[in-house]
Amino acid sequence: MSLSDATLAAISSSRTADPEAPPLEAPPLCAPAPETGAPAGARAPDGAVAPMRVVGQPVAHHDFIEKVKGTILYAADWELPGMLYGRVVRATVPSARIVSVDAEKARAVRGVAAVLTAEDVPSNQLVERASGGLGELLVAMPVLAHDRVRYAGEPVALVAAESQQIADDAAELVRVEYEELPGVYDPEAALLPGAPLVHEEGNTLVSWQIRRGDAETALAAADVVVEGEYRTQHVEHAYLETEAGVGWIENDVITLRASTQVIEHATEVAEILDLPANKVRVIATYMGGGFGGKEDMTVEPYLALLVWKCRRPVKMIWNRQESILASTKRHPFIMRYRTGADRDGHIGAQEIDLIGDAGAYPYLSARIMFAGAALSCGPYYTPNVFVRSRAVFTNNVPTSAFRGFGAMQVTLGYESQMDRLAEMLGIDKVELRRRNFLHKGDLIPTGETLDTAVAVDQTLARALARLGEPSAPSGPSKRIGRGFACNMQPYGRTIWFRDRASAWLSIQADGTLLIRSGVTDFGAGQAASLCQIASEILGVPLDRISVYIGDTALTPPAGGTFATRQLYMSGNAVMQAALKLRELVGPVAAEALGCPVAELVFEDGRVKAAGNATGDAATGKGIGLGDLVRLCEARAVDPTTLFVFHAEANRRGFDPETGQGGSFPDYTYGTHAAEVEVDLETGEVEVLKYAACHDVGRAINPLRVEGQIQGGAMQGLGYALMEEIVLNEGRIASSLFANYLIPTSGDMPDIMVDIVESGEGKGPMNARGIGEPPIGNSAPTIANAIADAIGCRPTRLPITPERVLALLDAATGTDPAESGTGAAWQ
Amino acid sequence: MTRRQVALRVNGVSRDAWVAPSDTLLEVLHDQLGLQDVRYGCGEGVCGTCTVLLDGEPVSTCLLYAVQVEDREIVTLLGLLGEGESLHPLQESFLRLGGSQCGFCTPGVILTAHSLAERMPRPSRDEIRHELGGSLCRCTGYTKVLDAIESYLADRAGVGEGT
Repeated sequence: MSLSDATLAAISSSRTADPEAPPLEAPPLCAPAPETGAPAGARAPDGAVAPMRVVGQPVAHHDFIEKVKGTILYAADWELPGMLYGRVVRATVPSARIVSVDAEKARAVRGVAAVLTAEDVPSNQLVERASGGLGELLVAMPVLAHDRVRYAGEPVALVAAESQQIADDAAELVRVEYEELPGVYDPEAALLPGAPLVHEEGNTLVSWQIRRGDAETALAAADVVVEGEYRTQHVEHAYLETEAGVGWIENDVITLRASTQVIEHATEVAEILDLPANKVRVIATYMGGGFGGKEDMTVEPYLALLVWKCRRPVKMIWNRQESILASTKRHPFIMRYRTGADRDGHIGAQEIDLIGDAGAYPYLSARIMFAGAALSCGPYYTPNVFVRSRAVFTNNVPTSAFRGFGAMQVTLGYESQMDRLAEMLGIDKVELRRRNFLHKGDLIPTGETLDTAVAVDQTLARALARLGEPSAPSGPSKRIGRGFACNMQPYGRTIWFRDRASAWLSIQADGTLLIRSGVTDFGAGQAASLCQIASEILGVPLDRISVYIGDTALTPPAGGTFATRQLYMSGNAVMQAALKLRELVGPVAAEALGCPVAELVFEDGRVKAAGNATGDAATGKGIGLGDLVRLCEARAVDPTTLFVFHAEANRRGFDPETGQGGSFPDYTYGTHAAEVEVDLETGEVEVLKYAACHDVGRAINPLRVEGQIQGGAMQGLGYALMEEIVLNEGRIASSLFANYLIPTSGDMPDIMVDIVESGEGKGPMNARGIGEPPIGNSAPTIANAIADAIGCRPTRLPITPERVLALLDAATGTDPAESGTGAAWQ
Repeated sequence: MTRRQVALRVNGVSRDAWVAPSDTLLEVLHDQLGLQDVRYGCGEGVCGTCTVLLDGEPVSTCLLYAVQVEDREIVTLLGLLGEGESLHPLQESFLRLGGSQCGFCTPGVILTAHSLAERMPRPSRDEIRHELGGSLCRCTGYTKVLDAIESYLADRAGVGEGT
């Protein structure tokens, strides 16, 4: 079936985000409703999305074919003649004054081309403005440390040599003399008066506030107030591909081909080199995973400096140990919640205090702590709110973007609070949530109205149904428990950034289609989904579409791939560009076929006339796109277009004093549910069943949506139960993959997935983003399931066997060490 | 460091390489022989990314020296491709069922599954789970990886029974 004009009209209006617009009127999907035990990923009718021809199909595009063949090239796979190998010399102490850097011995090594220190960097400071100018401290980060070291692993010098071995050996010979200084390694300690200052400007990078109503009065008047404190840990992204890239000079332009989420860093590289922006080009490779860890610059500035100084190509690959030691991490959060409700369980107020360990430099902490604050009440209506959210400098490794971006840490807070509230009031946990769920049209803490469907209730029902019958304990010391957690996660950047993305489409003389987009591809199908969208609208078969991505020289800017923004942004840009192309070539085709434009059907690489058209169309064959392009040329119609998609404007502004105003464009909602078995003797937790369900508006590629949900849930399970970067006075205790445990295939069960398609979202064809959302639910799902199994509540991640045993000991003894929380009737 | 010539059998072809005794098989295959499907992941033998089949057995090339494997049969993922780069049925299965996301771990995962299929014609899902324990994947959550392997094994068994 092909797109009708009515559907096209609905598609083209979907970006206007008119809250009054009805969902697409269309027949429901024909798949049967899944029953318990149905295969993972079964889709059920939601009555809201019309089936399409290419969109909604589990098809694979070029990149996935190359991946299963082994032919795809990643950042480390490029070799150039005369190429040098780079190495970063990193600080071995977390807090010190640099007395001297002696590079003479290293420079004297045969095969060393250059050793660079701070003096060699033309502009040695980067100032991050992550909040968009809404109140964070402006603190400079040097590219190479000059007088001061603020974390162990901070770059001090760079080496380039004829081989990696020589570069590594020479790096060992760079002598850095330190005068160690007192450091601060705990964000709460860093907030105390007299704490060592990580930066002279102060230790509080940002302090956000969101105030709505009167939380203090409402809490005093509440029938019950539940208090809870929750703590999360440093986590490593652990993408299988470590940070890597190759740089060279071409046409007098510094060109970097790197594994990055953000090619737009080219302008920062130019600033560091004191070059005009047109003298730096960044090309993004298909990434071997990113998860936020390649959103900030990694190898780029170092490669650029070495290339510029040596005038030769340079390759830099961080080894795994360097990646674990020096790459940014997920923010550990300290969260304190006070949740007040009436006897029926209706939430009246919440007071929430969030502290995030920013580590030694700002990176994106200001934005992450904002996302944490804005989402700290979750998908629950909270009329009176006071949230404070601070990012605090320490001499720990810097923290920055990681899938979920602050909005995932707070799920442990609000979903633990909901379970506690239900227990306190004796109300069913599902029912309690239903009484508080947000609905379309409701106000959220930032004072905005939700203007798309909130299908969180549907996701809850589906996730719970997938768990099926309860399991029996496998032994006398085992206890079975079940838990679930709902969440909401933004997609798209905070709207005060006036986000935009562009895409360029062109039908070639042989009827094939080219897409050019500055999008970068994690491996989730970012580029492939653009092809599906274009194919749907223009009827070009997928194998006749090529997509060129991620090159500041050759592709129109799309912004980076982060904030679950690319389907929303670039998906809309491609959809609009494709619709514009139809408008351009449609009249030419209509003339050739002797039918009205409204009757044209674009399918199978041809344009046909629907219905009882006359003329050539009577044959039913229509006209091939290649022939159409020739006809266009004869009429001076160019079958090429560029479309710039603008995210919705922030008409309300944003007041950082009160936290009121426009924040995110929209949200994705979901629920996960799990059954666990806890061993009371060993503290071990085995996850027996796990189900995840999210509303994605419309699934552009259901196979990829399922993959995102399964992968996100699994990363979340690692976060919940296994993963922690342990820091000892600022030093990472182990930099081996053998000690940083991420889930293997044997650690966790299959992730059962249900996709809800509400037909309401602000992406193309009413889709919502799904990159980040599925990581948020796992930890509270598991914490709630463990609490159900053993009757005491984990509040600290990861929930290791040791911590479970401590909880059990505390419950039988007198020391409530781990819980530190309580609830009280007033 | 003294280098010497070693003869390696890679994907059915003899390749000569000049190697130092300290050169790992990973370095020689990736950097010198240009096999981009043999990838560095950790250098500790933990993640399985750099896996190849050595005389049919999956091994981590970051833990072997090139000089150790002279005249042994090495198969990388590219070696599974048929005539005209046609996909092996196991690769087909990964493509169809979404067993690959970022693709970085895919060579190690598919080769490990390939070796498993040679040893155990019809392993249970839990046995596959166990066998894949040495292949880390950070994207898929493993469910679709297991689906792909199971589907391949079922098809293969079906074909086998029919002939």
